[in-house]
Parts: sequence; structure tokens; C-alpha cells
Amino acid sequence: MTLELGLNQQPAHLRQGSSIGQPLTRRDGFLKVTGGAVYAADNHPEGMLYAVLAVSSIARGRVLSLDVEAAKAYAGVVEVMTPQNRPALAIDPDAKDNPFMFRLDLLQNDGVRYPNQSIAVVIGETLEAATEGAALLSPRYEVLPARVGLDDAESFVPRGVGVGNPPVQHKGDVEAGLQSAATRIEATYETPAQYHNAMEPHAIVAAWDGDRLSIDTPSQGLAMAQGRIAGLFGIAPENIHIRSPFLGGGFGSKGMMSGPQVLGILAARLVGRPVKLVLRREQMYGPVGHRAPTRQTLRLGMDGEGRLTAVDHHARTTSSTFDDFFEPAADASHTLYASPAIATSHDAVRLDTGTPLFMRAPGEATGSIALESAIDEAAYACGMDPLEFRLRNYAEVEPMSGKPFSSKALRECYQQAADRFGWASRPLQPRLMRDADGFLTGWGMGTATFPALMFQAEARAVLKSDGSGLMETGAQDMGQGAWTAFAQIAADGLGLDIDRLEFRAGSSDLPNAGIAGGSGHTATAGMAIHNAGAAVIAKLADLATADEASPLFGAGNEGVLARGGRLLRRDDESRGETYGDILTRAGLKEIEGSGKAASDPASLEAYAMHAHGAVFAEVKVDPDFGQVRVTRLVGAFAAGRVINPRLVRSQYYGGMIWGVSFALQEEAVTDRRSGRIQNANLAEYHVPVNADVPSVEAILVHEDDPHVNALGIKGVGEIGVTGTAGAVANAVWHATGVRPRRFPIRIEDLLAR
Amino acid sequence: MTNTTISVHLDINGRHHDLALEPRVTLLDALRDRLGLTGTKKGCDHGQCGACTVHVDGERVLACLTLAAQVEGRAVTTIEGLAREGETHPVQAAFLEQDAFQCGYCTPGQIMSAVACIREGHAGSDEEIREYMAGNLCRCGAYPHIVSAVRQAAQEAAS
Repeated sequence: MTLELGLNQQPAHLRQGSSIGQPLTRRDGFLKVTGGAVYAADNHPEGMLYAVLAVSSIARGRVLSLDVEAAKAYAGVVEVMTPQNRPALAIDPDAKDNPFMFRLDLLQNDGVRYPNQSIAVVIGETLEAATEGAALLSPRYEVLPARVGLDDAESFVPRGVGVGNPPVQHKGDVEAGLQSAATRIEATYETPAQYHNAMEPHAIVAAWDGDRLSIDTPSQGLAMAQGRIAGLFGIAPENIHIRSPFLGGGFGSKGMMSGPQVLGILAARLVGRPVKLVLRREQMYGPVGHRAPTRQTLRLGMDGEGRLTAVDHHARTTSSTFDDFFEPAADASHTLYASPAIATSHDAVRLDTGTPLFMRAPGEATGSIALESAIDEAAYACGMDPLEFRLRNYAEVEPMSGKPFSSKALRECYQQAADRFGWASRPLQPRLMRDADGFLTGWGMGTATFPALMFQAEARAVLKSDGSGLMETGAQDMGQGAWTAFAQIAADGLGLDIDRLEFRAGSSDLPNAGIAGGSGHTATAGMAIHNAGAAVIAKLADLATADEASPLFGAGNEGVLARGGRLLRRDDESRGETYGDILTRAGLKEIEGSGKAASDPASLEAYAMHAHGAVFAEVKVDPDFGQVRVTRLVGAFAAGRVINPRLVRSQYYGGMIWGVSFALQEEAVTDRRSGRIQNANLAEYHVPVNADVPSVEAILVHEDDPHVNALGIKGVGEIGVTGTAGAVANAVWHATGVRPRRFPIRIEDLLAR
Repeated sequence: MTNTTISVHLDINGRHHDLALEPRVTLLDALRDRLGLTGTKKGCDHGQCGACTVHVDGERVLACLTLAAQVEGRAVTTIEGLAREGETHPVQAAFLEQDAFQCGYCTPGQIMSAVACIREGHAGSDEEIREYMAGNLCRCGAYPHIVSAVRQAAQEAAS
């Protein structure tokens, strides 16, 4: 009672120092529900012109002619940019010195190397005029045969997969493990090309002022984008200001500057006026990345008790003819299931497509659906329940590296999600459950995993004599909730009520917050914010503890706490004073500190660091028509410390819905004759609509991780895709007895039984 | 095709606008490029995603498939016209509370659809909400929370 009274007297105390973990609504939410959030294409500087891309309708060849005269003759067309008049660049757009950049198509020649490649830019006074001008260009081509399939070119082993992972890895003797196995399975699975299809098309508004450049464009990595543009144009990075306060989704496709964005900058250079260039939806199927197709073969061996004796996972994937990104699909088998022998390998072919790229859970998503399907097949071959089989092969250390996990609450995930789902009553045999309407009903599961990555970031913190605070970092919010979660971390780090804090992000003139990708942004920029807060509080404490007039005099740096805008003696919290009093007495208007963050090399060396989860799915299949509907999804995830459960749940839901989409819907279909994508639009490239999505539950499993970083944050943005896709596929098998081996699952494959 | 202009008179969020437009200018482009009402979003420009949903005489309409000239003399409401005297509309408040969006790009269209969905009487159950909100894509996958928000706002409207 006394304690409660005490807390009630200081309601702020409850909140301050505990912003982390609170389910705050989004701080940018009001702007987003009222139409006030300004996305790149919403900008309209004075004198702005509209640029429209003309793109190739062939996959491979050469542009022979463009009717520039006809386009320029159209009223309202100001200029047509082609290889003949495109402003000079400082470097070759095909030069590449690190894996985090695209080789770009910037009208450097008349060559065409994939469909929807930019071949000209028409700039007009209105969008309508520029669009008409682009149509009037009527390109003529020299057409070469397109290479489109996984077997259409000579295969090779890439030098690296993902971001420099070895393409071939092994431990133990897989062939011996398979030889000695009591039960073996071998299966091949195919996954299709997928396109990110963020709701916001890539857009740029660019304005030059001499050699200074002002840009509005969505970016998941502002500093990288700034550096890329600086290199291309031969200007200093600080001359380039990029604003990206809101991304209308990214999913990887806005991680690196794409060709069309740079063409917008070139167009502005050419005409000497601000230019807006927005991709049309169909133009997003080419130059802004995609998830490459894969064909994966898994061979698993099990002993008489259902223990894995060998895991062999091979993936064939594709890249473009001119650039390198190789989907690291087989690497999914490094971390999940214990086995004395594991081998993973990749090979690839080069096709006439745009360059593939990271797409939400790159490698993990493709690899997971194959691995989880194979594990399900293996469990059935051993006559075991799929959950029991996974527990039998539970990895106590990371299977490939042998390292202990920094934390791993996967058992709790399995148990909580299985209990919630009601898994225990599942029959082992398929095709035994029907609902009241006669629909075949199936239950499947999958394990989710995603590495806990950190990149590099910096932040700057300021405390002011009026008692308010400022935190700055060039973080990017593509919907994950950076505006809110980082403000919560900042409020805790500065010991301030969140309402007394100004948080600035989304702009390249702020400290480098690294990339919003790899599910590592909250951990990385969050730690930089945390460290910046600690740095400025330490400075403030130095002032106070050295000041005889302060009640904190002599308390020492270690001896103070920051809470509620006050520094308090750790040994006697009744003694303290406000930040404002400390600064005012010192004659300071404000005091600042900075912080950096990166992964800890010692932890990286000692531990395997991953988030984990378990997903259970129910599907219903029409026995006559083979139509599949997901009716229930339950996931449980352990991903270290949760900054904001409201936002984290949304991330899990989104990931799980991507998993449903992977299993049942998404596929870019390429015409084998022309090499063009036949369904480059949102009607025929299927993504889930509201009516496709069932009841979804995500359980947030508590997990403390003392090793990943001081805040204990892993990452939540991508893990939901993994596990879910396999769970749906396995549920389809359980409903029908037909094992899906190519994705998305097709009605005709289910009816072929 | 020639680009003659016509004179178009629009009633947007209760305000009158006179515009000189090419006849082919869509309502969406007129709102965004001529009137500075950029809350209405372009996701596909083909009527496939719903991001540009606005109300014309109270009914939901895809602004990218509607010519500006078609809505002369009809009352157009956009996301900017939903709040009254600084107070968010109950659907906007429900979206905020239920975290019914992530990146926010589809959100204006979702909210305009949701307002109409409730008014149409199509928010009677979660299944009905899912069906009648199925014309608005959300790539972030906020659907479960969108259903919660529409359900909450519908219940508030009924009480």
C-alpha cells in the first residue's frame, strides 16, 4: 500500500526510465492517418518538372532508334534524355567496389540487358505530357534470344552468396552420414522469382543548386545512398542532402540507390530545374531488385530414433548477366537442426533479368520453406510427429559452427505456440481431417529463425537547460516503427519523459544510422542512441559531481542515476537535481554527447546469435477444386528484448503474411519467348489481400540476451516470413497428402493426385 | 493526341476549385499535382491496389480510374477532409490505436475504404470486413490490425 502510494505520487517515475517495453502508439501515427505524412513523391518544389522513364520491352539486345523528335514535338515536353545527351558522370555506372551497390543502367550505351531497363527519360511540364512523350519514342530494337530459366545458361559456383558468405560449406561426412542412416529422404523444391512491390513506387524529387543537390527519395540507407550519389557525380557527400522521413515500404528494394532514382538526378541536371521521377508499377519489375528463383535439393538421413545423421542442402539460383547477388538459400541449414554432418552448396546461372537483391529474409525465406518442407517429409518418413522430430533434433549449439547460442528460447516458442494452436490432437497421417463443410483440413508447422545482426551507427544527444532533450540519428522508418521505438530508447537513455524529447531522423545531414535492413536497425541505431544518451549523461554528471553547490557533489560518475529529467545519487535517491539546474549553474544552454554502435567482435567470435520462433498453420482445401485457404496461424517468437510490443506484433504479423504469400501466392511469371515478365502488375502478381489472411496470432516469448548488445535487442522484421511459409506448405500436405515441391503451391499440383 | 485543356470545377472537401486540365487528367493526379492534396496515394495507377481511394458523393471510388472531369458537380472527400475541426475521425483514431498500418502508404486509402465499408453496413463481422476491405492492398501485412480497427470503429458508430 505504501509502495503504491509512493508510485502514485510520482506517476512520471513509472514511465520515465521505462519507455522501453511500453506499447506506445506510433509517434508518426497521426500524420499517417490524416494524410499528412510526406512521402518522396508528395514533394513539389517551385518550378518542378515531371520525368517519365521509357523502358525496354525486350530482355536482351540493343536499342536501334528512338523517335526523339516526335517526343520533343509534343507540347509540354521539355527534353528527352538519351545516351546522346545524358550529362556526364564521374565514374562508370558499371563500376562496383563493394557488395552494397547496384551496377546501374544510366543510359551509358544503347544496350539492353533486361526487360524494363531504362532506355530514355522524357521530361515535361506535366505528368501527362511526359507520359505521352515517352510513348511517342517508339523504340526499335535489335533483339537477341532471352535466357530466362534456371537451366538456360551454364552454371557456375559464385565467389560468395548473400553478402560474401562462402558458397560451399560443410562439416562432417555427409555421404557417410547418409550411408549409415536408417531412413533417408531426398526432395527438390522450386521457389519463384518474387518482387518486393512496396506500396510506394520508387520516387525521387531532385533539385540542383550549382554542385549542391537536394533530394527527396525513399532510402533504407541514407549514408550509403549519399555516398553512392557522391561517387557517381564526383561531388562531396556533404553537398548532397537526402530526406527520407517516411518510406512507403522497402523490404530491401530501397536499400541501395537504383538506376531510376539516379536518372531523376541526371534529368534535373540536364534541364536545370527540379525534377520528379516516379516509377510506374510495371517499371518496378526490373531495375529495383527482386528475390531470385531457386531450385533446392535436400538430402536428409536419420537414425532409428529419428536423429539426423546428415543434412545436405544444395541451391541453384540466378543473377543478372552483369552484376552479382546470389540468394544464400542453402545457408538456412546452418543454424536450425543438429546433425553430425552438414553440407551446403550453391551454384548459379546468369539470366537476362534485372539484378536480384535482398528481399525480406533473403536466403532465409527461400531456404526455410525448402528445409522446413524436407524436415516435415523426414519426420513422416520416421513415423514421428513433426514437433517431436524437431525437438529430437533440437540444436543445443549452432550446428555448423559449434558455437553456443547467445540465447535461444525456441523450446518455449514451440511449446507456447503448440499449446495455443492445439497441436497435440493432430493425427500423424494426412488427409484425415475434414471440417463441417467437407473441406480437407491440415495442420503444419515450421521453425522460424533469423540472425541477430548489427551494422554500424552513430547518434548525437543534447540536453538543454530548459529540461528538454534532443536525439539525432539518420535512421530510416519504412514502417517498422523507427520513429517510435528509437524515441523510446532515447527517452530511456536520456532519463527523460518521452514528451520532453525531440527525436530527429530520416535525413542525411544527421549522424549515420546505418542501414534499415537485416532486421538489425533497432539493435544498431538503438545502441548508438543508448550510447549517445549515456555519453551526455556522463558529461552532465561530471559537471554536477564536481560542483560544490550541487546535492550530487562528490557522488562520482558511477554514483548517479538519470531519471525523469533529474540526476539522483545512486546511494540516496532523495538527493538530486534537474538537468536544467545543473546546466544553468554551469552557465550552459546545452550539453551534447555522441554515441556509436557496432556488433561486439568478442560476442561474434564466441556466440551464434539468432532470433527463433515456431509457427503453426491450419489450411482448408477444397477436395474437388484444390483451392487452399489458410484459416489459422499461430506463431511464437523469441527475439531478445522487445522495445514496443504493439509495433513488434505488427512486424510479426506482416512477416507471417509474407510467409503465407510465399507459400500460396507470389510468383513473377516470365514469358520464355520474350523474357518479359507477364504479370508485372498488382492484379496478376498476387499478394495477399485482407480476405486472404486468416486469424493470426503472434506470441511474444520472453528472452534475455546478455551478449547480442547491451540493450539485448535482436530483430523482428524478417523472422516471421521464415517458418510460416513452410508451416503452410506442410499443412497443405497434411490436408491433402500431396507434398508441395514447387511454390507457390498450385491447384493443379494438388489435383494431380 | 493533342493536349487541349478544358475547364473543370471541382468540389473537394467542401472547397471549390477551378482548374484548367487536359481532359485525360485523372482525379488522382489533379488532387496530387494540381491541388497539393497528396494524402491520396498512387500505388499502381491501374485500380488494382486501392491506395487512391476517395469518396465521391459518399461512395468509395478509385481516384486513379476516375477522370477529374467526371466528378464535376459531385462532392469529393479525401483523407485530408475526414477530420472535423482538428478532431480525428473515429476510423482514423481506431487505426492509430490498433496499429492498423506500418509504412502508412496504403493507409489513407484503407481509411477511406473503411469509412465507406462501415457506412455501407459491411462491417458486421470480421469475415465481412475482410471481404469488403479486400480492395485495398497492404504490403506490410497490417490486415489483422485493420480488421480490428474497422471492427472497433463500427462498434463505436453503432453504439
